[in-house]
Amino acid sequence: MRLSIAALPLLALAACASTGEAPKSAGDKPAATASAEKPVKFNKDPYPSTYKGYPTRLTVVKNVTIFDGEGGRIDNGSIVLSSGKVDRIGGPDMELPTDADVYDGTGKYLTPGVIDIHSHLGDYASPSVEANSDGNEATGPVTAEVWAEHSVWPQDPGFTRALANGGITTLEILPGSANLMGGRSVVLKNVPARTVQGMKFPGAPYGLKMACGENPKRVYGSKGRMPSTRMGNMAVDRQTWAKAAAYKKKLDEGKPVDRDLAMETLAGVLSGEILIQNHCYRADEMAQVIDMSHEFGYKVSAFHHAVEAYKIADLLKKEGICAAMWADWWGFKMEAYDSVPENIALMYKEGACTIVHSDDANQIQRLNQEAAKALAAGRRMGMQISDEQAWTWLGINPAKAIGLQDKIGSLKPGKMADVVLWNGNPFSVYTRPDKVWIDGALMFDANDPKRRPVTDFELGQPGEGDVK
Amino acid sequence: MIRSLLLSAAALVALPATAQDVAITNAKLVIGDGSAPIEGGTVVVRGGKVVAAGAGVAVPAGIERVDAQGRYVTPGIVAAFSRVGLVEVDAVDGTNDRSANRSRFSAGLDIAPALNPMGSPIAVNRAAGVTRAIVAPGSSSNLFAGQGAVVDLGDDMDMVTKPRALQYVAFGEDGSAKAGGSRAATFLLFREQLLAARSYARNPASLAEWGNDAMIQRADAEALVRVIDGTTPLFVRVDRAADILNVLKLKGEFPGLKLVLVGATEGWLVAGEIAAAKVPVLVSPLSDLPDSFERLGATQSNAGRLKAAGVDISVGVFDDDDAHKMGYTTQYAGNLVGLSKLPGASGLTWDQAFAAITSVPARAVGMDGTMGSLKAGRVGDVVIWDNDPLELGSRPTAVWIDGKRQSLVTRQDRLRDRYLTPTEGALPKAYDR
Repeated sequence: MRLSIAALPLLALAACASTGEAPKSAGDKPAATASAEKPVKFNKDPYPSTYKGYPTRLTVVKNVTIFDGEGGRIDNGSIVLSSGKVDRIGGPDMELPTDADVYDGTGKYLTPGVIDIHSHLGDYASPSVEANSDGNEATGPVTAEVWAEHSVWPQDPGFTRALANGGITTLEILPGSANLMGGRSVVLKNVPARTVQGMKFPGAPYGLKMACGENPKRVYGSKGRMPSTRMGNMAVDRQTWAKAAAYKKKLDEGKPVDRDLAMETLAGVLSGEILIQNHCYRADEMAQVIDMSHEFGYKVSAFHHAVEAYKIADLLKKEGICAAMWADWWGFKMEAYDSVPENIALMYKEGACTIVHSDDANQIQRLNQEAAKALAAGRRMGMQISDEQAWTWLGINPAKAIGLQDKIGSLKPGKMADVVLWNGNPFSVYTRPDKVWIDGALMFDANDPKRRPVTDFELGQPGEGDVK
Repeated sequence: MIRSLLLSAAALVALPATAQDVAITNAKLVIGDGSAPIEGGTVVVRGGKVVAAGAGVAVPAGIERVDAQGRYVTPGIVAAFSRVGLVEVDAVDGTNDRSANRSRFSAGLDIAPALNPMGSPIAVNRAAGVTRAIVAPGSSSNLFAGQGAVVDLGDDMDMVTKPRALQYVAFGEDGSAKAGGSRAATFLLFREQLLAARSYARNPASLAEWGNDAMIQRADAEALVRVIDGTTPLFVRVDRAADILNVLKLKGEFPGLKLVLVGATEGWLVAGEIAAAKVPVLVSPLSDLPDSFERLGATQSNAGRLKAAGVDISVGVFDDDDAHKMGYTTQYAGNLVGLSKLPGASGLTWDQAFAAITSVPARAVGMDGTMGSLKAGRVGDVVIWDNDPLELGSRPTAVWIDGKRQSLVTRQDRLRDRYLTPTEGALPKAYDR
């Protein structure tokens, strides 16, 4: 059965790491074009999004409990969705249009669409056969030149489960963690499409997946290559950043460079256009990475799988770095041994940017439940955390970590109308999505089998169109 | 280990070291047999066993009384299929006794000596209300994985409730890979090994001839004899609908087999046949992805549909982290209750769901007379919960195992307490405990 890529990479990596000839070093990357006499002008968006929202109707949900994603709550509230945007949100006195589709939310809850900033849907797709294992270019420890979107299979049935069971409307798909610099991430709208371009979130910044700790040193150490230690991890990272800084300097000075896809990505990080998403478990290693980011002048947007964030919550707060965490995964590897169920709550207590993530095709279907467990753990140790505050872990905070806080993550007027109507309190185990709108279009309705996507892969197979 | 030292120190101070008679009163009492909770119920535990539970149960004079203040009181959760006690850290080989991948033995393997009652997962799972676990060896290089055990999660060195309580074998893609690359090889190897064992039982000298062909050792044959006669239940991992039917047919040639299906992801497609065969099923109920071609029909409604067809359904978490996160058992059961509200889906009632994590798995392994419910004569495994035990935020406030009050402190609690404030005080964190 599927185990997390990050959790037990032994399985996933063993297969993909065994094929292909590795470049001898990061410097052996194939240059895409010959040496240029003039400064390189390259298209920064060569695989542009073709996503467009589906047709919308003027929509009202009323008499509903609202968590707005920024810590606000409205009881007996209403929301108006118009032309793909949140038009307004308010209490029972708010004026509502008379020509809208009206849904009564009595006994139900409304939240922004759930965002998962750590997913491998599409790049480790179901069925998880070797042929679909496209998440780790584990042929060299630095593969900043690869882009996750070139691996994403839009027919992965996991996308549809995440929508129907988890209310997931936006996901960041990352390369795996075999490599120190695994490649670019891609942010997707969870709307099925024939092509990955048809799912790409318009205008979303790119991310660069980095990894510290056990995975890179194990994968390459076992091949008799550098890195085989944590100090090797850092050395390869630093050498690469030094090279990237030199490359960027040439670009900035308008000097000719050979086109180098990896260096373009790293230069994008150094100029602040590309966000670092850094797989890192241990507190001491996160502190090392923070110093490395200072050394080379970039910023870590979020530490992912940060099971020891609670040990350095003050440092993460000071640095303005988000921690994306599981509620209770532990013990699957040495660097996950000191996990505590209060990790998320302790980060929140420190006032740091707190995120719940999945890294898993199953748990992405119930991130609300993971947040609920973390919330309960916080309350058990005496913290006063409201439900609506805890929803920031699934709302505005993950939106910030991927640079989309102006577009999604909360139900503010003018933002994209990515909205989940839940059939009860979403922090209850008994609750499921009732309806999901993406850019104002109704993309899932628990009461309407025709609003339940079925991927090409599942068409004509046992259980096609089932509730799943 | 730090944890065990601390816990045993705590036990000396605060906890009785041996079974203590106790009556828990004023409970929202869940018997665990699928019946509805009883308001104002009482459970009496004496000599480590339940002696009475229900409404209007008299409390014997002189026995300790605990007022549950109207909270849920239930039997301890029975993890239906797990590796609790076999693993400390999965990716640290020396601590991981899940699978005997390089052993020349198979069915004869017995996990009992591999169990570590002092491992940190024991306390973590216990603090989540899990008091017993059915522990199976992981699939290894041979077809039969070996003999599992039923264990308790008490804070003591006596972990094994019943050794050699089950034999585990995987069919489907996993079994095929081990047997030679085809399901045809799996079924032939299975049959040959059982026939060799049967021959061995009649005439031990015959093993030399049979065993060579069947690739089986004496210890394996001895274990399989107990499978053939039904002494040891045979837990079979199988998922594809067609594979399930073929496994059920094995009872034709070996009528003594006590089959228990594990997984049965596509079971709902052949629910009637499973029910007719009276074979219980352990499901991992939230598996809904077609993550292999033998699980194309995966749906969270599998459990509900099997139950509706009359199959005995136990809820496990074995497609997740089966050594550390048995606490997910209640969450998964709760999801099945939530599913019953969803149009077109099949779930379980609360009462059915709770039975599916207590008495039903006990019955699957033939031990419902011993554990899994608060009926007279069962082990004194009792949990008081702070709220609805299937709800996400709920935790035990008190746990008894074999009538012994248990520590609920974990290593994780100690780490949390050390870092409630992340900055150092007058001394480094290492001095803070």
